[in-house]
This record gives sequence, C-alpha cells and structure tokens, in this order.
Amino acid sequence: MPKPKRHRFSIRPSRKKTTEVLAVNLFRLMTYCVILAAAYIFVDIAVNGSKAVFQSKAPFINTQFLTEKPQTLHVFEPLEPYNDLQRLHGQILRLEAKRKALGKNDAQQDAEYAIEISSLQTEMETLDAQRKAGRLKYSDDEFRALTETPDPSKFKHETYAYSGGGIGPAIIGTCLLVLGSIAIALSLGLLCAIYLSEYSRPGKTLQAIRLSVLNLSGVPSIVFGLFGFGMFVLFFGWGVSMIAGWFTLAIMALPVIIAASEESMRAIPRGFREGSLALGATKWTSIRTNVLPYALPGILTPSIMGIARVAGETAPIMFTAAYALRDQLPWEGLKQPTDFFFQGVMALPYHIYVVSSKIPQNEYTRDMQYGTAFVFLFIVGFFALSSILLRIKVRSKYKW
Amino acid sequence: MNEVTPPISPTPEKPIIEIRNFNFAYGSTQALFDISMDIGEKEVTALIGPSGCGKSTFLRCFNRMNDLIDNTRIPSGEIKISGVDIYNRDVDVIELRKHVGMVFQKSNPFPKSIYDNIAYGLRIQGIKRKSQLDSVVEECLRGAALWDEVKDRLSESALGMSGGQQQRLCIARALAVKPEIILMDEPCSALDPVATAKVEELIHGLKKDYTIVIVTHNMQQAARLSDRTAFFYLGKLIEYGPTEQIFMNPENPKTEAYVSGRFG
Repeated sequence: MPKPKRHRFSIRPSRKKTTEVLAVNLFRLMTYCVILAAAYIFVDIAVNGSKAVFQSKAPFINTQFLTEKPQTLHVFEPLEPYNDLQRLHGQILRLEAKRKALGKNDAQQDAEYAIEISSLQTEMETLDAQRKAGRLKYSDDEFRALTETPDPSKFKHETYAYSGGGIGPAIIGTCLLVLGSIAIALSLGLLCAIYLSEYSRPGKTLQAIRLSVLNLSGVPSIVFGLFGFGMFVLFFGWGVSMIAGWFTLAIMALPVIIAASEESMRAIPRGFREGSLALGATKWTSIRTNVLPYALPGILTPSIMGIARVAGETAPIMFTAAYALRDQLPWEGLKQPTDFFFQGVMALPYHIYVVSSKIPQNEYTRDMQYGTAFVFLFIVGFFALSSILLRIKVRSKYKW
Repeated sequence: MNEVTPPISPTPEKPIIEIRNFNFAYGSTQALFDISMDIGEKEVTALIGPSGCGKSTFLRCFNRMNDLIDNTRIPSGEIKISGVDIYNRDVDVIELRKHVGMVFQKSNPFPKSIYDNIAYGLRIQGIKRKSQLDSVVEECLRGAALWDEVKDRLSESALGMSGGQQQRLCIARALAVKPEIILMDEPCSALDPVATAKVEELIHGLKKDYTIVIVTHNMQQAARLSDRTAFFYLGKLIEYGPTEQIFMNPENPKTEAYVSGRFG
C-alpha cells in the first residue's frame, strides 16, 4: 500500500497531543475509580442487606424485619455438629501450633500439616452447613410464646442482644424525623432566604450574615448534636424528644436550604418582578405570585436532598432524639396528644451505630447492620427520588 | 452650556405630568440635572437621546420604579401627576403604579397562560369574579389588537407567542388595571420591523384614551408616533417641543446634530 502523500493538514505527533491523550485518560480513569467505589458500596450493602430484608418464601419480603421492634435473638444450636465443630476447631489450632514450631527446617512435614489442616477445614464447612440447617432461631416474643423449649440435651441455648426481631420503630422514627425537620427547615430557611435575597439591603452586614450561614455547613455534626442537647434538651427542657431532634436536624440543614433558595430566587429574571410591581403589586405579592412559584423547583430538590443527607447523621440525634431501644411505636401509649412530640424515637442511623459498636459482634448482628443500612439507603433514595419527581412536576408547570 | 435653561414651553394645554427642577442621583453619581417640563394629557411624548443620557431613568421616575434600586435619591425638585407630588411621603406607591402603567424594553410576560397574564393585575387587587375577568381580558386584548390572534389559545403559555405578540400582550396587561398614563421604555427595541409596525399602530390607537410617554432610540419612531419630543443629553433636557419642530427646526445645535444622525 503506497504511503499517503503528506499535505498541509496531515496529522503530526507533538508533545501537546501526547499530553492531551494522557490527560483525558487520567480523567477517565479517575472517574471510573469513583464509579467503582460507589458501586462497591451500593452492591455490598444491597447484597448483604438483602439477606435480612428478603426471603426465599412468599411474600419474599421479610415483613418481620421491617415491622417488628428489635429483640434479643434466641438461638438453639444443635449439639451434635456443634460439639464436633468445637473438636475440629481445637485440632486445627493444635496442628497450626505444631506447624509454626516446625519453622522452615522440614519442608515435607510442613506440607503434610498443610494438607491435614485444609481437609479438616472442609470437614468443618460441611458440619457448619449442617449446624445452620439444624439450628432454631427465635425472637424474644416467639421464645416466650413457645410451649416447650427445645430439649437441652440436644440443643445449646444462646442469646444475642438486638439481633432478633426487626427495625420497624427505627424506620418509623427516621421517617418522622425527616418529615418534621423538612417542615421546620423549609419554613425557616425559605423565610430567611426570602428576606436575604429580596428585602435586605446589600452591604457588608448582609455579606457577613450570608457568610456565617454558609459557615454553619462546615460545623461538625457532633457540635450540632451538643448544641441541640444544650439548647433544646436541657435549656428548653424538652428532654430527649422528637421535637428536639427536628430542630437540631433542621438547623443543620438550614445552610443548604438558604443557599439553594437564595440562588434559585436570584435566578428569576428581574423582568417578572418589575412587571408585577409595575401593575401595582406589593413587594410580597410580587414575590408570592411571580418569584416563589418559579423558584420552587430549584428550592425543593436541594432542600429535600439536604434533609435526607442530614437525616443520615447519627451525631445530631444521638443526644437529642434517638433511643437505642424503645418498645412502643410513637403513637402508642400517649397520655395526651402533645406527648407525641416529646418522646424519643428510634432512628436507623443510630440503630446502625448501636448494633455495630455497642454490642458484641457475631454472625447475627451482621445481618442486622447490613439490613438496616440497606433499608436506610432505600428510604433516603425514596426521598431523593420523590424530590426529583416533584421538581419535574413543578417545572413543567412553570417554564420560561 | 450652563446658560441653557430647559424650556418648559410649549406648555401643553392640559398638562398631566408636571416636572419642576427635578434632580436624580444614583448614590453620588447624579443622573438627571434640573429638569422641568410638562407632559400633556392624551398625547404621546417621546424621550430621545443617546445611550446613557438618563431618559430611561427619567421615565422610571414617573412610577417610582427607581425605588427598587438601592441608594437612589432625589436631591431636589418634584414631579406632579394630576397635581399630586408623587415623591411626597403620603403617596402610596402601589396606587401610583396602578395609575401609571409601564411596558418594558424586554418584553416580560409571566410564564403563565395568556389569560392569566392579563388577569394578573386584577387578581392581585382581589378581583376573582370569572365574568368580570373574562370581560376585561377580552377588552384588553381587543384594545391591544391581539384578540383575533390569540382568542383560541387563551389558556396556552404566553411564552409561546412571537416577540411582537409578547410585547403587545405586555401592553394589554398594563391596560387591564386601567391606568391613565402608560410609560414605555423602548418597547420596540427587540422587535423586527413588522412587529414594530404593529406595536406602533397600537400605540397610535391608544393615544385617544391614554397619556403615553415613550423612550426610544429610533428617531423615525419618535417622529412617526409622538406629538412632542424631548431631547436629553448627559442627564439634561436640552430641548423640548412639538415633534415637528424638534425634527425640522431644532433650536439647539446639539439637538440638530443628534436628530440628523451626526452623533448618538
């Protein structure tokens, strides 16, 4: 094949072009890294969490996990494989100790030990599967309802705190916390943003206010938790209560909401404001009819996302609103209606924290942690999705 | 040229806006200097002049739109509309703006339906009766010569209209609150010649019922439309008189230079 003739515009290599290719590939690689990390987190939680949330029998969703309160788990291990397992485990430990003592002197003996250990391990795995198939698991309620407990000569009875039952109260508590703090944060933030963007006079004071509001978002969440504890729980005397949690979460979300609302209102063309003012509207009428409706999509989505983000924080509710365990659902056992606001609730992030760090870890808590995380992700995703749908709906109504 | 005392003459027979020694400043920058003139009732008065000469600022003083801008002040002088000093403390800006409507340079229909745009001015006054709104919407759209074009799509978004239609809609919207005076700030500057002709025709027709003050860059437009013309330069009123006189026989050499296109 003849070499094509070179002309004025034919491709020539140059250092700039090499850099360009390298740069693009670097950016691409980094992006893939981020995507991979995110995907790993989601897949890990989804795979491990779905064990707790879904089941193989109809209705395929573990309603017990989603509705019941956390309980102590009673496990009856079948003694037969259990004892064998203990024995095998001891053998393996002894073999490993011998192998270690051998050092590097006898390669042949070392290899023999290795084979022996691995055969013992496979044996253990089969026995473990047997044990899992044969064991009986009861939540505390079920255990109490049993007419006769399994035969102690055949089963070994063990209990694990927080590993049975479900996370129903925590789901309800988190939803209540999110809804309440959305209401408080949106009304506070929106009114504040309206004043800042529409009424206040620009100048140094406004800059200072704006800066301090934005700086709020840099404050660590534990500080908000302590603030809420000092302010709402102790000073206002609300105690550890839902309303204290609402206000603490709302204040945490305020910077995002104020910034988003201001941004969104400032993006509304001046013509709409002038047009309505020139028709004899008062400033508030003009804002209400000709600024807010168009700014709403830009306000709602970041606000709800901000709340959903804040609702995932453990620190702010740890001291203000969350109980590690609460038997009753929020609407049960109220002496008077206002008590509803002044009760502590369970919350998913705090539950994850408790189950992961406050109780001894074992194979049963693991399902609980992942299951809770999975449900929590799902709820946050649900709020995010609904805010996006809301935006699409509102935006299609007002377009310019 | 300090000796030029802005002429009030020719005094219209029935002045509706009287401006006396009016000064206006944005912070420390003075934008208007000692302006005195009378604007006649049910006449079209054109304000012309090069960019930045203060004609738009002056126009926005008539309905106190400049109140929206921070740090504006009026060092001295007054503007009277129907005999009332509009910068007096006891004037309600809302009431003033109902009587002095405004059409902006960039057409700004609200992103609502055509019907809602016209009805807006009435709705914010608390008028909700459908029959009344219907009749006003039709009346205003007919008044702005838009009715035949849009009567079948009143519920469609106003933003789907052409640029010229949007501007006429803005005029119709201003008519809905029944103003006496309509201020127009370069209403045709963003329109093509055909749309401009339609808007001009509309303004011409509105003259018999409304007092119109129009700021324009387009001198032919001023000549075609207006009864009187005022020429502004660097914040000062240089010459004010019947349009014919300003264009055919200006007294001031600067006016002559401007209207003949030598600067501006």
